[in-house]
Amino acid sequence: MAVEIRETPDTASVHAILNATGAPVVMFDQVSLAFDDKVVLQDITFALISGHTKIILGASGSGKSTILKIILGLLPADSGAVWVNGSRVDQMSERELMAVRAELGMVFQEGALFDSLTVRENVGYKLYEESRMPIDEADRRVQQVLGFVGLEEYTHRMPSELSGGQRRRVAIARAMAARPKILLYDEATTGLDPITATTVDDEIIKLRDLENVSSIVVTHQLRDAFYIATHAAIRDNGVVRVVPATEKKAREAEFIMLREGRIAFEGNADQLRESHDDYLRTFLS
Amino acid sequence: MRPSAQTWLKRAALEVQEYVRLTGAAIQGAVTPPVYRHDLVEQLDAIGVASLTVVLLVGFFTGAVLALQSGLTLDQFGARPVVGRLVSASMIKELGPVLTGLMLTGRVGSGIAAELGSMVVTDQVNALRALGTDPVRKLVVPRVVAAVVMAPMLTVVADLVGIVGGWIVARFQLQVASGLYWSSILQALYMEDVWMGLIKPFVLGFVIVTIACHVGLRTTGGTQGVGRSTTMAVVAGSVSVIAVDFFLTRLLISLMY
Repeated sequence: MAVEIRETPDTASVHAILNATGAPVVMFDQVSLAFDDKVVLQDITFALISGHTKIILGASGSGKSTILKIILGLLPADSGAVWVNGSRVDQMSERELMAVRAELGMVFQEGALFDSLTVRENVGYKLYEESRMPIDEADRRVQQVLGFVGLEEYTHRMPSELSGGQRRRVAIARAMAARPKILLYDEATTGLDPITATTVDDEIIKLRDLENVSSIVVTHQLRDAFYIATHAAIRDNGVVRVVPATEKKAREAEFIMLREGRIAFEGNADQLRESHDDYLRTFLS
Repeated sequence: MRPSAQTWLKRAALEVQEYVRLTGAAIQGAVTPPVYRHDLVEQLDAIGVASLTVVLLVGFFTGAVLALQSGLTLDQFGARPVVGRLVSASMIKELGPVLTGLMLTGRVGSGIAAELGSMVVTDQVNALRALGTDPVRKLVVPRVVAAVVMAPMLTVVADLVGIVGGWIVARFQLQVASGLYWSSILQALYMEDVWMGLIKPFVLGFVIVTIACHVGLRTTGGTQGVGRSTTMAVVAGSVSVIAVDFFLTRLLISLMY
């Protein structure tokens, strides 16, 4: 009787891959998830390279946000393997996941700021509550990241006193405060006007290019997706500017299009634009 | 479409399983680090100090009306002078713990379910986990510890003002001498009664807050879901207070009397 053997990556081989140049920091290997009869993700496989951006596009309910929750260990996958920074997170307990999450930051839809805490307390939450960092040092880091997103004067405001765009920028500051290697953005610009959305996009680009943070951007806003893929941040005489990216840089940003829980497209911005697939054309039009 | 009996049973079993898991995690979190001291102090204030007014009012009027009603009944036997004994025994053993429990369910249980439910539907609980915090330790443990500490204290306050309320009615309405009222209380007060009156709120405080936290953390369905959770926390909490009181009374009687 013939026995079919499917190869799955073991810990040793994955560590070897991770130590190589241009190593993946996040890997999905045939990940599937269903809630009762509803299939949310089906055989999802992709890798995020260190310092690169993966942009996940798709209609509402296509499973985009679920991918981020699986990476963080907030949702367990039904099958397949998920590797983050060399650790297989789909087999970890909640306690073990805490160590993996130390390397991750996430910007939730609508920001998910803590209502009862000030901007300072929100941004510095991880430093004040979950680290042994001295208060003075944590305060300095909070001011630094708030300066990065242009909100250093909002330290003592409550989240309810902020506009939608400011809330997203505070959420980005909170996610980056503990210097994560990977940042996950869940619809960070949804519901924002184009000008405010561009300021949020600029923060994502600055973090990727100036802080070397690998990022996964989940969105259904094509304008923002292409803007992030085709722009780069540079320091020009001490001033940070966001400029059109070189062709090589633009190719580093990879797109994934999800359709009903499956990957319908994977490639760079040019390949996406040139695709003749009817669904992609409809989505892009 | 109404769920089938099998589905309903499955859901009920899942709820019980998750509740037991949460209470286990809360107990473990209360005795192992890390402890979020700032949150604990905040909850001691929110659950204990902030509930004082309602407990004072409920305790006072319950003691007063108890004296009024029992005075009428005791008159039939010419036993009006022992009204103090009846008020104190009822307040300390039964009404103090149960009414304080019900007040805490209405004031604290609903608040906890609404607050945690809102945090769940706005992804704040997921944000906590993403930032490396265990939501049970951060949100549940401080509330549970605060409740088991403050519920007995609030009950003692309710008992005291209830007895004072009874004294005012006994003295000025029923014309029972103050000395007679207070001495009848002391004569009828046994240590077993005091223990029963202190053990009950300890357990009830735990039950009320763990139910509210469980319901709050399992909220789904946006703001409408938060409303449902709040109602469920009050209904389940109130019924549990009465039911747990019965079984606990039965157990304590068999152990202590």
